[in-house]
Formats: sequence, structure tokens, C-alpha cells
Amino acid sequence: MSTVKATLSALRQRIAAIETTARPASTAEAVPGVSAMPASRAARIALDRDELDRTLGGGLARGALHEIHAASGADTIAASGFSLALALAAAPAGRPIVWVRQDYAAREGGELHADGLKALGLDPAALILVQLRDSLAVLRAGGEATRCGALGAVIIEPWGQPKALDLTTQRRFALAAEASGVTVLLLRPGARPMPGAAETRWLVRSGPATPMAMNAPGHPTFDLTLLRHRHGTPGGPWRLEWNRDDKLFKRPALLRDPAAVPRIEPAPYPAERAPFRLAG
Amino acid sequence: MPAEAPLLIVDKVKGALALAAPDPAALRQGLAPGLTLAEARARVAGLTVAEHDPAADDDLVERIADWCDRYTPLVARHGERGLMLDITGVAHLFKGEAALLDDLLTRLAGLGLTAFGAIAGAPATARALARSEARVVIPPGREAEAVRPLPITALGLDAARVQALRRAGLKLVADLIDRPRAPLAARFGADCVERLERLAGISEHPISPRRPVPVALAERIFFQPIALASDIAATLARLAVDVAALLEARGEGGRHFEASFYRVDGAVRRIEVATARPNRAPKAIARLFHEKLDALSDPLDAGFGFDLIRLGAFRTEPFLAAQASLDGHALDDEAVADLVDRLGARFGPERVQGFVPADTHIPEQRAKRVPVFTMGTNTATWEDAPEAGEPPLRPLSLFDPPEPVEALGEVPDGPPLSFRWRRVLHQVARAEGPERIAPEWWRDGAGGPDRDYFRVEDRHGCRFWLYREGFYAADRPQPRWFLHGLFA
Repeated sequence: MSTVKATLSALRQRIAAIETTARPASTAEAVPGVSAMPASRAARIALDRDELDRTLGGGLARGALHEIHAASGADTIAASGFSLALALAAAPAGRPIVWVRQDYAAREGGELHADGLKALGLDPAALILVQLRDSLAVLRAGGEATRCGALGAVIIEPWGQPKALDLTTQRRFALAAEASGVTVLLLRPGARPMPGAAETRWLVRSGPATPMAMNAPGHPTFDLTLLRHRHGTPGGPWRLEWNRDDKLFKRPALLRDPAAVPRIEPAPYPAERAPFRLAG
Repeated sequence: MPAEAPLLIVDKVKGALALAAPDPAALRQGLAPGLTLAEARARVAGLTVAEHDPAADDDLVERIADWCDRYTPLVARHGERGLMLDITGVAHLFKGEAALLDDLLTRLAGLGLTAFGAIAGAPATARALARSEARVVIPPGREAEAVRPLPITALGLDAARVQALRRAGLKLVADLIDRPRAPLAARFGADCVERLERLAGISEHPISPRRPVPVALAERIFFQPIALASDIAATLARLAVDVAALLEARGEGGRHFEASFYRVDGAVRRIEVATARPNRAPKAIARLFHEKLDALSDPLDAGFGFDLIRLGAFRTEPFLAAQASLDGHALDDEAVADLVDRLGARFGPERVQGFVPADTHIPEQRAKRVPVFTMGTNTATWEDAPEAGEPPLRPLSLFDPPEPVEALGEVPDGPPLSFRWRRVLHQVARAEGPERIAPEWWRDGAGGPDRDYFRVEDRHGCRFWLYREGFYAADRPQPRWFLHGLFA
């Protein structure tokens, strides 16, 4: 019996050594309150400071690879917005953000607009946009940027399901992100969620925003489903609102008339919305 | 019959094919330039004829000029087929002027070219002597003497004046050079005198080099040509150290570097890299070249090897050891600048972009995307941040040109109720607008119709930026709707 235990603990130690992140291995089992881990929280990005953060073990890990999918073609922009918001929340002040984009993604979803970046809280002068012709170049440039520890965050946006973006490449990104401490967001327009090496995998759909005065559309709102979490269980959906002024995610404010807002539907896949246009 | 068939290069002159450039074998048989092809065929049997291709000729001369860079950075084209090399101060590297000339002509002959060369203190003198097919080195101050026996055609005057001079009994440069200048100028034109003085080395006429001269230059010559990628990389690394030392002595950093690879067969390949900031770190420079060489669409072809590799810094700027921090600028960090350089070297500088604000309110022209390289210390700043608590009023992504949509809008100028974009119908749940953006008539005069912008959210929670051109009215054409952007 004791030999079994010893073997088990030896194996655990080896696994811990392999997973070089300073992540507490016990997070998932301990059912911790958020306040239980102030040290590890500082290194993590708080999302809702509630159930979602508990699921993630205290927030989203910095210096890791996160994969972001859109629930449908119409939600691609929400996935981009969520990635940018995460990048902003992850980036230490004054550090630039590099966004590596495939030309086709820009042609399909529109070019990034400086005023719109500003409206989400990013100073356009702090963005380096690398727009490249093919996915291979995007992945190469993304890998190069990921190794640069002076960046705040890196967004890598290839279009579709490039063959080159296999498990090895993803693993390489993940290791580079761990080594450099840069948060890497792999934005996947036109792709279906597949197993990979990312720390977390998200399915994003655009959520109805809490309306402003005069029934005007409100702040960016995302309905998030955690499809995969390497160190915990998936879950969702959660609805989060991005607050540009504080660079924080928030739970949307409750409405006086809850019936006025459609409730969050769990995001099934494939979605009933317009499918991706994969032609061309 | 000669052993080898004469080769004729023919060109169309006034509708008939005439000899442009007969080869030596043809010349020996009396086929002179200007003869029509028909006549040449009548005189000599078994001619090989090729059509004159000025572009290819030009290309060849360019390539030879590139190759001549190995002797001096100051190489100029002279006339159609001439090259002028300024070898001031470099001859000793080749064991003297005569040895340099011998080396150059031997190598050109080795490449299968017929070339003539001469060295003199004045370009015109050297040119005239080279054209007379003399391989001579004229000592300084002896130019006037050297050109005396040349025919007056050496002046390069037009045919009419050459004939006029001949009729006057002036057949050699020597006949002209001792005469008083004024009557010559009066009779044969002022430029005749000028040409004469240049030829005699009396008046200076600088050459204009075809390529910029590097600020700092290092090179390695190989007696055994190298071809291995690893050798080339090691050579570049050593050259980078040399160039960096030169730059350091000047207190400068380079923004534009060029490596030239001289292949044994005469081909020259040049690879350039640019940097976002003045740089003189040898490792960084070598790494940029490594990236660039790795990403070349037509890889460096070493062939039988390179016998000379050269690295030059062409644009330099003062190098400040500690760069002053520019508030919020993306290039503050040395490491970020290096990353930008590497990405630029691999994927092209124009692919690494930053945003620069433009003074306009037209959404699609609000920001210019420029290569980060050219931004430098751009001082233009973005206007103050949006108001606290305000939702985004501008979309994250913008379509340029805007995409036309079929929309059903409130009459006469209300927000859309539903619209169809990319074949999908969106029912509008919330809308805000209109926000009118008028064209800037003071800029290009014309100006299109006003645009009324609406921020809308559909029933699924997707947010769009739409605008209407014109408005609904009985006596007006139906307004058109466009989708201009998407909100997160």
C-alpha cells in the first residue's frame, strides 16, 4: 500500500516538474474561495471575481496560451473584442500589444479601426499590427512575438484551420508563453474547436448589451463558454461586460425588467446562426 | 570559309534590317555596322543572325557595373556601354593601378566579355583612351600628352561637326589642343572647347555614381570561394562586428544595411535590411540578415561560391546609448524594437504597422496605417480618451469600402428596423442615431452625400455600425444603406 502511495507521489512530483508553471496543482480539488489564494490571483486576470474565476482557479492565467473561438460567423467580431479585452487586462501598463493577423481575416471581418480600439481602451500607438498573407507566416510571426518578453500580450489570428497549427505548434506557443511570461491569445476565426495545447479554450458569442438611455446599444458584452480548461473543468455560459475605463470585466448590471433581455442561451455548436463563410 | 560562322546583331533601321553589331569574325570579312542584312547575306554565306535587344544589353552592363563594385563603391554608367570607376585611394588594395586594370580586364575576359580599359586622372581622358582600345595607365598630369595622338572622334562630337573639323584639316586631337580656344569655340561651338579641355584633363568633370556610397563598409575576400550557408552566416556575423565598430567610432547607428554577395561568375546579389531605430549591435544586425536570408522567395544561389562578401551601412543616424522614453510609444523598449526589426526583415517592413492619427473626421481616413519603421519618433498624439461610462461609439473593425446592405428604415430619417447583410437578415432590437458625418467638401471639392450613422444591436446581441446615404423623401431617390463596421 505504501509503495503504491510512494509511486503515486513520485509520479505527481514528476508531473509537477513537467508542468513548469507556478500554478498550484491543488487548485481544482481544493474548492477554494477566491480569497483563499491572494498570491496566485495577482498573477491571474480576474474575469468576474465570482463563479467563473473560481472555475479557472482564481482567474485566467497570465503567461499562457488561450484559444478563442467564435460561436458563429457573426460572433467573430465578439471573439476579436474578447481577445483584445483579455490582452488589455493581461498587459502590464506601457507594454505594447502585438496583433498578428492573416490578410483574409481582415478581408472577411473588416480592418481594425483605430477609433474602435480606443473605444475599447487600447491606445492605438501601443498596438503593433502585423498583417500577413498566409497562415504559416502568421504562426511564424506569432511564435517570434511570443518569445519577446517585453510585450504586453500577443494576439495571433490565422484564418480557418491551417494544417501548420497542429498540436506541436500550439505546444510551442504555450511553452514560449510560459517562458516569456507573455499572455498569448490564439484567435480562431473560421475554425472549429479542436483539441490543442491551450490552457483554456473559449467559445464566444456576442451577448445582448445592457441598454443605455434611449434604448441605445451598450457596452461590449460577451457570452462565454469555457470549452476546455487544462487545470479544471469546463463550464459556462457566463455573460461578461467589458469596462474600458477600469480595464476590467464585469457582470452586466441587472435590469429592472429581466424579461426585456433574452436570457443567456447555452451556446450549442454548430450554432443556428449564419455558418462561417469558408469559401475563397 | 572561316571556321566559325560570323555572328551579326541586326536592328531595324528605316524599315530594313541593318547590322548593329557584327562580331570580330564578321568584321574581318568586311561586314561593317550599318550594312543592310540583305547585302551582308549576299556577300558572306552562313551568317548567324540575332536581333538587337537593347534591354538585354543594358541589363548586362548593369550587371557588370554591379560586379565592378568589388573595386570601388564609385561606379558610374558612361554612355551605353561604358563604365567609369573612380579608383581614387583604392588602387593600393589591388597592388597598384596597372595591376588593378589587369585584374579587372582579365576577369572580364574570363567571363567571356571583350572589354577595354584605361586609367587616367580625368574621366574623359580615360574614356577616350579606353575607346581607342589602349590598355594604358596615364600618370597624373600627363593627360594632355596622352590624348594627342587620338583622332578627333574621341571628342564625342556629332557627325556634322566631326566632318567640319576634318574638312578644316584637323584630324587629331593634337591638331586642336594647341590652338587658341576662342576661334574654335566660335566655329565649332562652345562645347567643343569644353570637351577638349575635359579630354585633356584641364577641366574637372565629376562622375555620378550609380549607387549611394556606404557610410561604413566591411568586406571579406575569399581565395577559396565559400558557398555553405553556415559559412555565409559566420562571415556576416564577423562583418557586422566590423561595421558596428566603424559606426561606434562615428557615434552613429545604422538604419539601413546592405550585404552584397559577389559570386565567382560575376553575379552580384544584394540583400537589404532596415531597422526601426539606429542600430549597431552586431548580433542584432547579423540576426536580421539571417531572418531575411531565411525568408527570401528566391534563395541566395551560391553557385560555385562567393569570393567577396561585403556589408555596408547606408543610412545612419546619431546613436543615443540610452534612448529617451517617449510616452506610451510602442518602440520604447529595445527588445520590442528588435522584434519589429526581425519581423520586418522576414516579412517585409511594410507588413509591420502602427497607427498614426490623421486630421479628418471621415471614419475610414481617421488613422493611417504606416510601417513602424517610418514612424520613428512620431509626435502626433491621439485625441483624448472617450468619456467615462460611454459605450464604444466607433466599431472595432471597419469595412473599407462600406458594404451595401438592404435595409428597412423608419421614414424619413429614422434608424433601420431590419437589414440583410451577407445574405443574413438581422432584426434590429436597439439603435442609436443618427450621427451625421458630412463629407469634407473643403478638401476635394466634390464630396459625396451626407452619411447618417446608427449604432444598432440585433436580436441576437450582435452590434453593427450602419449608415444611410440621403433620406426618404417623395422627390428623392431611395436612400442607400451601408454597413460600415462591427462592434465587439
